[in-house]
Amino acid sequence: MAMKAIEVLDIVPEISIDEIKYRKIVEIRGRISRDTITEISRSKNEPEWMLRLRLRALELFEKLPTPKWLVGIDYIDLDEISYYSRPDIPRVSSWEELPEDIRRVYEKLGLPEAYAKYLAGIATTLDSETIYSSTKDFLKKLGVIMIPMEEAIKKYPDLVKKYFGKIFPYSDHKFAALHYALWSGGVFVYVPPKVRVPYPIEAFFLVGDALEGQFEHTLIVVEEGAEITFIEGCSAPKLKNYSFHNGMVEVYAHRNSSVKFITVQNWSKDVINFNNKRAIAEENAYVEWIEGSIGSKVTVTYPSTILKGRNSRTYSIVVGIANGPYIKDTGSKVYHLAPNTSSRIVSKSISANGGINIYRGLVKISKGAKKSRSFVQCDSLILDKYSKAYTYPHVQVEENTASIGHEATTGRLSEKQLFYLQSRGLSEEEAKSIVVIGFIRDVLKDLPLEYVTMLGKVIQLEFSSLGGVG
Amino acid sequence: MLVIDRVTARVGDRVVLRNVYLSIQRGELHVLMGPNGSGKTSLAYTILGHPEYKILSGHILLDGEDITHLSTNERVLKGLFLIHQNPVEVPGVKLITLILASYNKKLGKNDLFEDNPLLIKKVEEISGELGLSKELLYRDVNLGFSGGERKRSEILQAIVYDPKYIIMDEPDSGLDVDGVKKVADTVKDMINRGKGVLLITHYPRILEYIEPNRVSILFNGEIVATGKSDLVDKIVSEGYQWIKELKGDNGYEGY
Repeated sequence: MAMKAIEVLDIVPEISIDEIKYRKIVEIRGRISRDTITEISRSKNEPEWMLRLRLRALELFEKLPTPKWLVGIDYIDLDEISYYSRPDIPRVSSWEELPEDIRRVYEKLGLPEAYAKYLAGIATTLDSETIYSSTKDFLKKLGVIMIPMEEAIKKYPDLVKKYFGKIFPYSDHKFAALHYALWSGGVFVYVPPKVRVPYPIEAFFLVGDALEGQFEHTLIVVEEGAEITFIEGCSAPKLKNYSFHNGMVEVYAHRNSSVKFITVQNWSKDVINFNNKRAIAEENAYVEWIEGSIGSKVTVTYPSTILKGRNSRTYSIVVGIANGPYIKDTGSKVYHLAPNTSSRIVSKSISANGGINIYRGLVKISKGAKKSRSFVQCDSLILDKYSKAYTYPHVQVEENTASIGHEATTGRLSEKQLFYLQSRGLSEEEAKSIVVIGFIRDVLKDLPLEYVTMLGKVIQLEFSSLGGVG
Repeated sequence: MLVIDRVTARVGDRVVLRNVYLSIQRGELHVLMGPNGSGKTSLAYTILGHPEYKILSGHILLDGEDITHLSTNERVLKGLFLIHQNPVEVPGVKLITLILASYNKKLGKNDLFEDNPLLIKKVEEISGELGLSKELLYRDVNLGFSGGERKRSEILQAIVYDPKYIIMDEPDSGLDVDGVKKVADTVKDMINRGKGVLLITHYPRILEYIEPNRVSILFNGEIVATGKSDLVDKIVSEGYQWIKELKGDNGYEGY
């Protein structure tokens, strides 16, 4: 039983990637305007409705003020980044067809192996385009669709139109508007009624170069009684300058369906990462967000669920690691709109070497959402005196039958504890890594094994980089 | 032999050890006594290389090797072990996980968490012998442990780790008579198995059950007397008052 943590660190980490060599055939930078947006749309051969959506979003982006509380925004100069970059790599569906350099990067990240072993489908986006997409035959037989977003808007326009931009509308905030103006890459997943996808589907996002913007859009529609687990991975080599990621995920969980959305965010420390994630849960549906924010310079993300139907439920597990001069502004939001809905948020943040974690959360119980329940647990671990953790939980209750719980703890690894662990033969990094594993132990049991393995690798890498465990 | 060779050390601006010389032979019990605040724990921490204790002069030699400049965990890997007087709580880390990680590290394993069912069985057995509930192994280190349980957990870890030299910082304080006897038995057993033991104690009580090979008295950061059991007898009959008149290099036989 105590050995759960042991399994976690069972694999030798091999995650950092070197510079990636490839050419780009299109790069659009400069002032974002109607012209440049039109150029992107034309070069992607998009239908007219999509261009119109982009232009409406652009208009709003230009109108809205930049939120003052938003961290990380100071680093970005939209005029100097390339907000559309198409690599000179045609989209393929077998690893062998990829250029060798790229294939090697994916191999190092363990993607072909993961696909062979336990994934039902995988799509990889490099910069602005999906360059690899493949699904196993059984998935097709089940009627499950998993294709690049660009293909989906052409192949299934009616289906896509029904959901695209409806779950997380561009009008939500300035950077949602920017996302819709510039979106490119990402995948569309459709699970037909009653189909339970037996293995996860993964989308992997790579930013290959500095001063780039990545704005991929993922849309997942899960029909009545269907089930799916979706994994999202992100990575980048060490870049010479910053890059900007402003992705979006929309999930629609129909009646009695179940969706687990898992993110392993391990951007390099040059990436400013904004991630917009929202799900709508219909009656009796279940949505689970697992958000592991490990990499990046700044991350701002609050996976959200709108509990629209009766008895719908959601569970968010948010793990943030800020090890070094980095900021993780994470949390989760839940809107209870229907009776008897329930939510649980567990946030675990780890701050070390000057890192800052911010928890920002919202639980809203609307009028009429009778007998709804919510529980938020927010734990922070601070590993030294240079690091910080803040929590800003918001609870809005308009229903007196609601049951709300909130629990927050802050633990600090003291010099005394560190010395104690060192007096047992452990180096400083090893001592920290066992404290970290211990701290997140109670959420590990709720995570799929593959995820535990991945997270374990990353933690071991983060806290043993000075020659500890390895 | 573990030698503390004329060590002067400070914490912040305060000198806590002055020209301290001590040696601990393997298979020997060296008892260090002294009133509260005389620097006993400072000496233990200095030997272990606590980052706040800076050595101004002198050396620490372990079997002839100068370990003065090694970090705490490197010293431990060389064969030193400290039984803490007031072991801290480490929330999130189970006792069994710490013992396993510590042991794997000693064995030089790459994976600190590599399972070792034989070791775990042994740990459970030793816990039983020490009267430590097995269930505590699966709780967070020292969290909610009673004073006695903390002491026993420290001894358990020392036995499992199997070092060359053990510094025991008041392992007997706060224990009842049976507890003290048990600690004394453990010390005897360690000496029989060839460990060098430096037993730091405030009360001579435990010495009713074990005969030290050597006794040193620390006062105000200085070793003011070194001798045999007769020193203990003197403390039993007269308390610590008399040593306050002593200085280093007094009539008592030195090293």
